[in-house]
Amino acid sequence: MTIYIPTPLRPYAAGKDALEVQAGTVSGALDELTRTFPDLRKHLFTAEGKLRAFVNVYLNDEDVRYLPEKDATAVSATDTLSIVPSIAGGCGVSHPFVRRGDRMDGARNC
Amino acid sequence: MSVLQVTRTVYDAIRAHGEETYPHECCGALLGRTTADGWRIEAAVKAGNTRTDSAHNRYNIAPAELVKIEREARSKGVSIGGFYHSHPDHPAQWSATDFAEAHWLGCSYVITAVTQGKATVTNSFLLAGVTEEDKRFEDESIELIETTEPADESLTARVESNNA
Repeated sequence: MTIYIPTPLRPYAAGKDALEVQAGTVSGALDELTRTFPDLRKHLFTAEGKLRAFVNVYLNDEDVRYLPEKDATAVSATDTLSIVPSIAGGCGVSHPFVRRGDRMDGARNC
Repeated sequence: MSVLQVTRTVYDAIRAHGEETYPHECCGALLGRTTADGWRIEAAVKAGNTRTDSAHNRYNIAPAELVKIEREARSKGVSIGGFYHSHPDHPAQWSATDFAEAHWLGCSYVITAVTQGKATVTNSFLLAGVTEEDKRFEDESIELIETTEPADESLTARVESNNA
């Protein structure tokens, strides 16, 4: 199966954006990924070995967390696994330690 | 300081998106390639804001939508290099929420202040660091690239149709 690696994790995967692995389950595939690229482990898992809360893993188009068998779900050679860190935010109180006010627009033509 | 290169078309599009969704926050992904100084952004993909409970001051992009955006980016030979969102009636400065929810290390976070419905200041911040524990936002300059090439409308059109 193919595991797709997101932009922020590629420096820890020899710059690759995808890796072909042979595995029977989702967790087996992630194990194979982190065996190949050990530096990825701390970015994907907590010290207790749980997937970090902001890391989403999709088997094809399904969130693994909502699959009946979760990461024990069987996979086939044609499946894809996408690792996608969450993206969220929004305005609110500015960071209390770095209150710099509004920057000027830094855009310039070239 | 890192430099975010953005085509004029993309720059105008993300600011216009902030005006369209005012008084709610807009959000989307920035696609491009790495350069020696940062990212060169060639396309912006509008995303739906799933935070309908508090859309005036929060945004969230559904992971399933990110999977589709990344898949489409791969097919076009580009990568997700960052994200953009707007701050309605609030400065173009990252907030504590923006920082806590930022996990794409090495990527650019572009924020546009929209005041009374009009896009004003647009700033970019690089999420620097190598782990969650030492991450930090760094100011980066925005360099506009004038181009006569037509914008790649296929990406935007596809994702918007997914939101419909």
